[in-house]
Amino acid sequence: MPTVVKKHPLAIRWFHWLNFPILLCMIWSGLLIYWANDVYRIRVGGKELFHFFPKGVYKALNVPYHLAEGMNWHFAFMWLFFVNGLLYVTFTVVSGQWRLLLPNRRSFREAWQVVLHDLHIKRTEPQFAKYNAAQRIAYTAVVVMGIGSLITGLSIYKPVQFQVLTSLCGGYEAARLEHFLLTLGYVLFFLIHIAQVIKTGWNNFQAMITGLEVIKPTTNEQTS
Amino acid sequence: MNKLPDTLPEQSFNKRQWQQRTVLSFVIFILAGAVAWTIFHRIKTAPADNGTPKPLRSVLNSNEAIFSAVFDSNRRVKEYPVSAAVKKVRVNGLEGMEDAVDEATWRLHVVKVNGDTLSLSMADIKKLPKKDIVFDFKCIEGWSQITHWGGVPLRTFMQAYGLNLERTMNYVGLQTPNKKYYVGIDMPSAVQEQTILCYEMNGASLPVDQGFPLRLIIPVKYGIKHLKRIGTMYFSNSKPPDYWAERGYDYYAGH
Repeated sequence: MPTVVKKHPLAIRWFHWLNFPILLCMIWSGLLIYWANDVYRIRVGGKELFHFFPKGVYKALNVPYHLAEGMNWHFAFMWLFFVNGLLYVTFTVVSGQWRLLLPNRRSFREAWQVVLHDLHIKRTEPQFAKYNAAQRIAYTAVVVMGIGSLITGLSIYKPVQFQVLTSLCGGYEAARLEHFLLTLGYVLFFLIHIAQVIKTGWNNFQAMITGLEVIKPTTNEQTS
Repeated sequence: MNKLPDTLPEQSFNKRQWQQRTVLSFVIFILAGAVAWTIFHRIKTAPADNGTPKPLRSVLNSNEAIFSAVFDSNRRVKEYPVSAAVKKVRVNGLEGMEDAVDEATWRLHVVKVNGDTLSLSMADIKKLPKKDIVFDFKCIEGWSQITHWGGVPLRTFMQAYGLNLERTMNYVGLQTPNKKYYVGIDMPSAVQEQTILCYEMNGASLPVDQGFPLRLIIPVKYGIKHLKRIGTMYFSNSKPPDYWAERGYDYYAGH
C-alpha cells in the first residue's frame, strides 16, 4: 500500500501543461517575426561569433517568409499566455502555494549548495518540502520573466499607446532586444528544466501529471 | 507545525486506487495533448480569409475592436529634433510606382461622398500650412528609423477642401495612380494630428522612390500604410481594399 503525498494541486498542473504549448507557440511565432529583421549577433572585437540565427536553423524550422503568419499567431496566443499566467499567479497567491514557490531568506544561500550537489561536488543537499532553493529561485524568476515579456511585448506591439512602457524599456529597439533576450531565457530555462526532470526520474515527473508522489521508505524518514 | 509547510500532506491509497488514479491522469493528459494539437492543426489548415487562416483573422479583427474601444486615437507619437533624423532613409517598397511621374500633370483625385471628384495639383496642396514631423518610422518587418518629413496634415487638408461629410465616414482609402498599391485607414488614425500628406523629406522635395510627388505619412501606423505616390483618395464606411491586408497582414497595423 503506497504512501503518497499530494504534491501538485490540480490547478497548477493544468496551468503548467497549458503553458507549455502556448509558450511554444509564442516562441515559434516570435521566431517567424524575428526572421524579418534578424539583426542580433554576438560580436567580439568586430568578429562575428554567432548570428541569430544561422540559415540552417531557419530552413529546418520553415521560418523564412512567414512574417504575417507569425504576427497573427503571436497576437492571438498572447491572450492565452497572459490569461494562463495571470490565473497561475492568482492561484498561487490565493491558495497559499506561493509559500512553497517564493525564495525565502535561506534560499539564496541554499541554492548554491543545491547547485554543488547537482554537479556531484557535494554529497548532501539542504532539506526541502516541495521545491529546493534553486527551484524556488528558478520558478519565481520565470514568472518575473513572463511579466517582462508582457511589458517588453506591449512596448513593441503598441509603442504609441504604451509609450510609457516603451521608454521604461529604454526605447522601441531596446524593448525588441529585451523581448528577444527573455525568449532566449525561456529556452535556457526549458533545457535545464528538462535535464533536471530526466535526472530526477519518473516518480517526480509523473507527479506533475497525477499530482501525487510516492514516498519511498528511505525518503519517508527524511520528510517525517 | 509552523506557518510554512515543511511537509506535503500525505494520503493513503490502496494499490488499486493508486493505479486507477495514475491511469486516469495519464489518459486525460494524453487526450488534452491531442486536443491541443488538433486545435493548432485546425487553425493552421483553416480556410484563408485574406491570406491568413480565418480564426486568426477574426482574432485580429477582435483585437482591433478591443483596442479601438480602449485606446485614445488622438495620442501623439513621440517627436524628435531635426538633428536626430537619418540622412540615408531606407526604401522598402516600390509597388504602385512602376510608371514615370510628372509633377506638372500629376493630380490628386479626391472622390467625395456625393460622387464629385476634386482634381488637385501640387500647388493646391502646397498652399496649405505645412507641418514638419521627425519621428521613429516603424516597419512591420521590425526595423525603425528616425526620419524627417514635411507636408500638410490630412485633417487640415480635409477641412480646407470642405470634406466635412467625408470626415464622418469610417475609413479613408488611398490608391497609387496605377491602382497597383492601395491602403485603407480608419478615420480616427487618418485625422490624428500627425498624419500628413507629405511632399518633403529632410527639408527637400520627396525623392521618386519615396513617393514623389505626394505620399502619406501616418506615424501611428506601420510603414505598409504610408502609401507612396497617392493618386486617388476616397471615403467609405466599410473597409477599403488594402494591399498587405489581402496578403495576410493585420488590417489595422497601428500602434
